[in-house]
Amino acid sequence: MTETITVENLCKRYELGALQHETQLREHLVNFLRAPFRRRHPKEILWALRDVSFKVNEGEVVGIIGRNGAGKSTLLKILSKITFPTSGRVRARGRVASLLEVGTGFHEELTGRENIFLNGSILGMKKREVVAKLDAIVEFSGVERFIDTPIKRYSSGMRLRLGFAVAAHLEPDVLIVDEVLAVGDAAFQKKCLSAMHDLRGGGRTVLFVSHNMAAVENLCSRGIWIANGQLCMDGATHDVIEAYMGSFASAENAGAALTGVDGRRGHGELRYTRVEFLSRSGEPQSVTRAGKGIVIRFHYHAREAAERPNFGFQLLTELGTLVTDSSTWLHGLDIPLVPPGDGHIDLEIDSLNLLPGRYYLNLWLESLLQQHVYDYLENAVHLDIEEAPVYNSSRHIDNRYGIVYFPQRWNLQGIGGGASLEVSPAANG
Amino acid sequence: MGEWLAEVWRTREILYFLAWRDVKVRYKQAVLGIAWAVIQPLGTMIVFTFFFGKIAGIPSNGVPYRLFSYSGLLLWTYFSITLGQVGNSLIANSGLITKIYFPRLLLPAAAAFGGLLDLVIGSVFLVGLMIYYHVTPGWTVLLTPIFVLQTVLLVMGSGMLLAALNVTYRDVKYAIPFVVQIGLFVTPIIYPLSFFPVRAQGWFALNPMAGIVEGFRSSLLGTPINWNLVGCSWLITLAFVVLGTLHFRTTERVFADIV
Repeated sequence: MTETITVENLCKRYELGALQHETQLREHLVNFLRAPFRRRHPKEILWALRDVSFKVNEGEVVGIIGRNGAGKSTLLKILSKITFPTSGRVRARGRVASLLEVGTGFHEELTGRENIFLNGSILGMKKREVVAKLDAIVEFSGVERFIDTPIKRYSSGMRLRLGFAVAAHLEPDVLIVDEVLAVGDAAFQKKCLSAMHDLRGGGRTVLFVSHNMAAVENLCSRGIWIANGQLCMDGATHDVIEAYMGSFASAENAGAALTGVDGRRGHGELRYTRVEFLSRSGEPQSVTRAGKGIVIRFHYHAREAAERPNFGFQLLTELGTLVTDSSTWLHGLDIPLVPPGDGHIDLEIDSLNLLPGRYYLNLWLESLLQQHVYDYLENAVHLDIEEAPVYNSSRHIDNRYGIVYFPQRWNLQGIGGGASLEVSPAANG
Repeated sequence: MGEWLAEVWRTREILYFLAWRDVKVRYKQAVLGIAWAVIQPLGTMIVFTFFFGKIAGIPSNGVPYRLFSYSGLLLWTYFSITLGQVGNSLIANSGLITKIYFPRLLLPAAAAFGGLLDLVIGSVFLVGLMIYYHVTPGWTVLLTPIFVLQTVLLVMGSGMLLAALNVTYRDVKYAIPFVVQIGLFVTPIIYPLSFFPVRAQGWFALNPMAGIVEGFRSSLLGTPINWNLVGCSWLITLAFVVLGTLHFRTTERVFADIV
């Protein structure tokens, strides 16, 4: 495997004082004349990147994730040779194209066509290359009608599409993309993702910075997590994303004490004390992704022995829609007696087919003997479900698409026409 | 250094597009687009001819004053306008510098070459003037491109220095119009060098444009060329080129961080 990108002990430092105000020459001179030997006050130093090292092999698609301000963009800028390391080394082999912005170099007074040439050249395409691909670019952009109008007349959406059309036709050896997909409407984002899919097939090395976890998981084979300027984790995309999301889910997501809940009903012989969310293997789970398994552990305290209790809960959406109501009785379980003291009962869910969002749990405990409620809490605990590529596509799937999803696939073989259709994920979105 | 130049050569197409961009934009909406290239030196020439030629009666070395002043103004207009553009080229393109990589040298170079079109158009009028006054050029007219080249080098060298300084110290750009304004009077454009006593003429050697303008005019119109002055101005021009390139290269690494 040939190494296309090598990063060794990369450090980047910024001096905040110099950036905060534009230094004026006359200011400098005046200060100098006043006190030629006085030391300048030390400028505040910001380490944007600290000792980052990694290697990327040819054809790898690497997703770079991290919080805002972690240093991802700085890393990309250094890789793109826009800025230079304070120390350390960076090497990239082959033609490198950077997409840090869509439509770099666009000039308002020039027409769409003229800007295609300008932008294409700046991005690294030779003029004859642009000429050869001109028709394809214009068609991809969808602004054919206005291609000879100055772009100052374009809407922001048209500008984006034009810029992206040029970028989509680059054929670099290494492509560096920085969150350009974060702007634009849903249709545009779909198009971008399809184009990225295409690029991936070309054997190109791609570095992709994004906050869209579904896209990262779907497009990238490898993930790098940058936090506070340092390389936090480097490995399989899935694992890195889990770790990343787990880092900012608060610990309380893993469990909640239920002592001071308002509006609690019931006689209290048997009470819920705590709810814990665990993984299938019993570890506390602070991040639950759609489709994952989960164990909900209901801790209780029994003041006295309780006969034939029925443990149950309701899962509701944020808007109060009942998703499911489950109880031990529904499962045909008849618990003869619960002795006094503390204990817990686990609900093991194989696969939580819920779409991303926040869900609330109502907890209830009643006796099967008489119509007797031991405990009832509304909105006792909340459960946040995080995104996952549930349909194995990079599409952004959230709770606009419903509450639940089912494991499924589309079978296109019945489409008329006889000959089999070669439909790739890159079909016009 | 060689690698740096090789990189510049490799990306020369971008230079073409950047210059093309500036030229196209300048000529796009202005109806006077092409005429503007002539109006500036021409208009100044008319004003100078009236005030300095006729009223003040400044001599012009046996050449009609109009032709005299215009031939000086042509190169000077290119220099004065382009110096400002080159000096500002990095700041004006800060968007590009922070988002994409290409040798930063292309930006001042594009500004320098973009101005040449105006120069070419303006020289058409110059030819017209020469025809009108029945001035036939001698063999020395072949030397005129050398002076044009020298102006380009001077603009590039001093412009690169200014551009790099301007990124760090933003008020440098305010000095340029001042320098240009003074320069108009300390360069032999309105008057010939011979207007001054020989003792004082030596001081003009400090002004590189003096040698260029005098040299250009003399070679164009067939009058004797002041080789000492030309030699001095070449020295200063080359010094600026070296200084400008060095400073530009040293500060190039931090442009994107502070622009």
